[in-house]
This record gives sequence, C-alpha cells and structure tokens, in this order.
Amino acid sequence: MRLAARDISFAYGSRPVLSGADLALSAGELALLLGVNGAGKSTLLKVMLGLQRPGRGTVTIDGEPLARRRRRELARLIAYVPQVHAAPFPYTVRQVAMMGRLPATGIFKAPGAADLASVARVLEHLRIDHLAERPYTEISGGERQLTLIARALAQEARLLVMDEPLAGLDYGNQVRLLKRLQGLAADGYGVLMTTHDPNLPLSGCQRVALLIDGRIAADGSPGEVLTPEAIHRLYGVRVDLLRTADGRGIAFRPADRSIRFSIS
Amino acid sequence: MKPFFEQTLKNSARGAARLRWLIAPLLALVAALIALSFGRYPLSVWETMHFLAAATGLASMEPERFALLYNVIVDIRLPRVLAAILIGAALSVSGAAYQALFRNPLVSPGILGVLAGASAGAALGILLDGSWLVIQAGAFVMGLAAVGIGVGIAHLFGGGSIIMLILGGILSGALFASLLTVVKYVADPYNQLPAIVYWLMGSLGHANFNDTTWAAIPITAGIVLLCLMGRALDALSMGDDEARALGVPVMTVRLATIAIATLISAMTVSIAGMIGWIGLIVPHFARLLVGPGNARLLPAAASLGAAFLLFADGLARNLFTAELPIGIVTEILGIPIFLIVLHRVRRGWT
Repeated sequence: MRLAARDISFAYGSRPVLSGADLALSAGELALLLGVNGAGKSTLLKVMLGLQRPGRGTVTIDGEPLARRRRRELARLIAYVPQVHAAPFPYTVRQVAMMGRLPATGIFKAPGAADLASVARVLEHLRIDHLAERPYTEISGGERQLTLIARALAQEARLLVMDEPLAGLDYGNQVRLLKRLQGLAADGYGVLMTTHDPNLPLSGCQRVALLIDGRIAADGSPGEVLTPEAIHRLYGVRVDLLRTADGRGIAFRPADRSIRFSIS
Repeated sequence: MKPFFEQTLKNSARGAARLRWLIAPLLALVAALIALSFGRYPLSVWETMHFLAAATGLASMEPERFALLYNVIVDIRLPRVLAAILIGAALSVSGAAYQALFRNPLVSPGILGVLAGASAGAALGILLDGSWLVIQAGAFVMGLAAVGIGVGIAHLFGGGSIIMLILGGILSGALFASLLTVVKYVADPYNQLPAIVYWLMGSLGHANFNDTTWAAIPITAGIVLLCLMGRALDALSMGDDEARALGVPVMTVRLATIAIATLISAMTVSIAGMIGWIGLIVPHFARLLVGPGNARLLPAAASLGAAFLLFADGLARNLFTAELPIGIVTEILGIPIFLIVLHRVRRGWT
C-alpha cells in the first residue's frame, strides 16, 4: 500500500506554506520528515491525511485520488496520530482506543465483542493493557502517546501518520517509543512521522525527507540525505558528524567551538 | 485463597459497574411515583401504584375511589410530572451533548443564545398579545432565531470553529438580552411587566395535557437522536482533525447536534419558561455515575435530569403554601451543587 503526495501547494490565506512538495509512504517503512518550525510539516501531513485540501497537487492511495474515497473508508487505510494533548473529559485508555473502531462500526452502532477483543489485543500489543481502565487525563505523556497509537492501530489501517510523536516525551520514553515504532514498521505498518531531532534518523529508520522552503529538498536513506551540509541548509547551524571507528555516522554535534560538549 | 478473593471482588465490582447505568432510570421512576403521590391531597406511593395497576387493568379498585384518584393523579398531577420529565431530560441531554461538542465541561445549553432569545420572544409575546399560544410561539421562534444568528456570525468569520461559535453565541445572546430590556421598558408596568418577570422565573404550573403531549413527541425524538450520536461526540470532543481522521462527518454531526439541542431547549422554554442550571449540573453527576463515554452518558443524563427536575418541582410545590417559581428552586439548588462540580473540575478535568 502506498500513499503519495505529488506537487502539493498550500497557503494559509496569502501566506504560502507548501509549494510543490512530493512525499510518499509505503507499508513496511519508517519514514521521517524533518523541517524547521513553521516549515509546514504538520500541514503536509494533514494534506496527506485528506484533512486539508491542497491548493494544487494530488494525494493518491495506491494510485487512486484520496478525494474520491469516503472518509470512513479512508479511516480504515490511513490513521492519524496527533501530538499528545489534554482531553477535556477523563475517557479511559480503553475508551480512547475504542474510538479507533468507529470507522469499522460506524457512528451509530455500539461496539461488539469483536471490537472489544480487537482493542484488548492492541492494548496488549503496545503493552499498555494494565492502563486500560485509567483515565487518559491522569497518565503520563508517553502513556498518552501510546494510547493514541493504540487508537490508530485499532483502526486496522496499515499506514500511520504521526505528528511529532516524540515531542514532549522524556528521553527514556523517546527511546522506548522509537523502538515500538521500528517494531511496527517491521510488522508491515508504514509509519510517517515528523521530528525536530536530526539524530533520530541515524538510529534505524529507512527513509528521511527534508522539508525546506515548502518543498522536499531531499528524500532517501539517512546515509544519503543526512550530511552536515544538509543539516546546515535545514537549520542554519554548522554540525560535525561523529563517526565510529569503522566510519559509520552515529550523531550530529554543533561545530561551534564556543560550545563545550565534552564530559571529562 | 487471597488471589481468589481478590478476583471475586474485582468481578463483582465490575458487575456492579455494569449495572450502574440502571441507577439513573430507577431514580427517575421513583421520583415520578413520589411526584404523583405528593401534593395537597397526599397519597401513599402504594396507593399511586395501586391506581396505576387499576388503570392498566392489572388490579381492581372501587369506581368512586378510582374516579377521585383519576382526577388527582391523571388530570392534575400527570401533566406536570410529564412536563418535568421531558424538560429535565431535554435540558440535561442538551447540556451533556454541548459539553462534548464544545470540549468544555462548563458549557450549558444556553451557550449559543437559545435561552436569551426565547426569553425575549416570550416577553414580546406577553407585550403583544398575552395569550399562552403566542407566548409559546414567540419563545420558540426567537430561541431558534438567536442560535441561527449566533451560528451565522460564526460561519461568517471562522467557518464554524468552536471559538467563533462561542463568540457568535455571546453576541447573539447579548443582542436578545438587550431586546428583552427594550420589551420590559415599553411594557405596561402594572400588568405586563410583572407577567414578564414571573414568566422568566419559570413554572411547570402552566403545563396542560395538550401542550405537553404535543411537545412530547419532538422532544423525545430529539433526546433519542442526541443519545444516538454519543460515539460520534466522543470522537468530536478529542478534536476536529482527529474525529475526521476517524471517519466521523464532523460538520454534519456538529450542526445536527446544535439544531436538535436548540430545538428541544427552545421547546422547554416555551412550556415552562426559564429553568436554569440543570443543563450545566446534571451531566456532571451523570458522569460520576457512568463515566464520560457519551454513548452511556447521554441516556444517563436524560434520566437523571428528569429525576432532578421532579425533585425540584416537588420542592417548588410543597415547600410553602404558595408555589415557588421552579426557576428559583433550580437556581438555589444549583449554586451549592455547582460548587461541588467546580471542585471536581479543578481535580484534573481541565
């Protein structure tokens, strides 16, 4: 299954955000989208989800325009995982995950035994079944993010589009969540996520794309795309790529010598 | 041994939780029986049940006694009890649906201006004609008009986003509040002005059988429709984009909810005037009972609202020899109850 955005242009009023962006996501890959604040990463995700209509360009799923599909049908193919937020009502983790069954049951039908079983399976898969009856408003940021991912998995969509899933999580939760996302890609899900961290793509993702000035400036394997020059173009900061003894790049570090990084 | 006990305890707790949705309808039923029994001619609840059994042919009763009780229960008390059930249920279910729709647990059915519009309409009806039908029609039509204007303003500026809807509601509410002041100012201060003031305090005393049965069909239909939208409202309360990505037709659900809640709220005003606080408070108690999931919350809020208004009307009728306006009773009861609600809201409902 392949979700592809071609030549997308989008403007908020008279302020152009995207101008001719191309991006695709296939099942089975973990793809990262990098860009500065306000570059239009979230907008591009929303266009690819069909939540925003682009001014120009088309989004297709397996070659067929998104606009031609019904919303409910689309929800069984692509799932959206928003940034962690506070819910206004203390729905339990299970209730939030159960919302993911809406595309399958429709809004008027109560969830049946199969839906309950499917949600239980997803919670178990993400290892948050012990939280099932806890209110979403009273769990940690990392647990909330996992709950939103559980809702996406309950949709049984193969493609997951995530808006900064790691933002706001502590380091331990970031590492654990990244591992889960890699696991999902290995299970055959396509995961597209935005991030601010240039080091993230160096730890096990298949593709990385850079969004600069409203278009995708580079798109490929982390090895090809992520050079110190590309990071400078993206963020306006000079960096060095730290390498292991056998020459593999493992982390970027600011090249500004006035910042001291070493631990003695 | 211990794990077994814990398991049993857990299972029975879960079983009890599963039966909790029954509490609200049972409360409403008991409140209705009590309301049919209490009054100037006091009956015991057993007598009332005996009469109801006799009326449905399940028991027998002396014809004279039956005729007397028929007059007391069916002719005098039943219209009022039905009105209280309908109005309490309609306002509470509208309030719960609005709280989900506007993602704010402190929203009441009046947020889009329906109550301000209906008050102005009723006052205008009293000024122009004074007949009950004109007052009701005025309240209903201007309640709808106020929400129409509020939603219209929102769509003019923001395509119907939450914040624009609330601003539109504030503006249209203010417009109709000033209209009400104009009507009060030009009203005859000896007859019309007191009538307007009393009407605005709310009373179930005007409810007669015809009006109530006429209103019962659309109000019941509205309550059922809102209850059916529970799951969609769950998704909507998480955010527009999320709901849309879950396949929910956001605009349709939002406009349908607003239209239905407005219609049934305007009808309650046209039956009994302004009855405040119920739509704000009752959903919170329903949430304590069955949790925040709207598929269960909305029916629970409807039953609990019916029970609450029956209780408030009982106080209004029986507290003093003269009847109190029910709007005053719900307001006096509402304030301490609202403090409890605020206490809960502060505890992590933000």
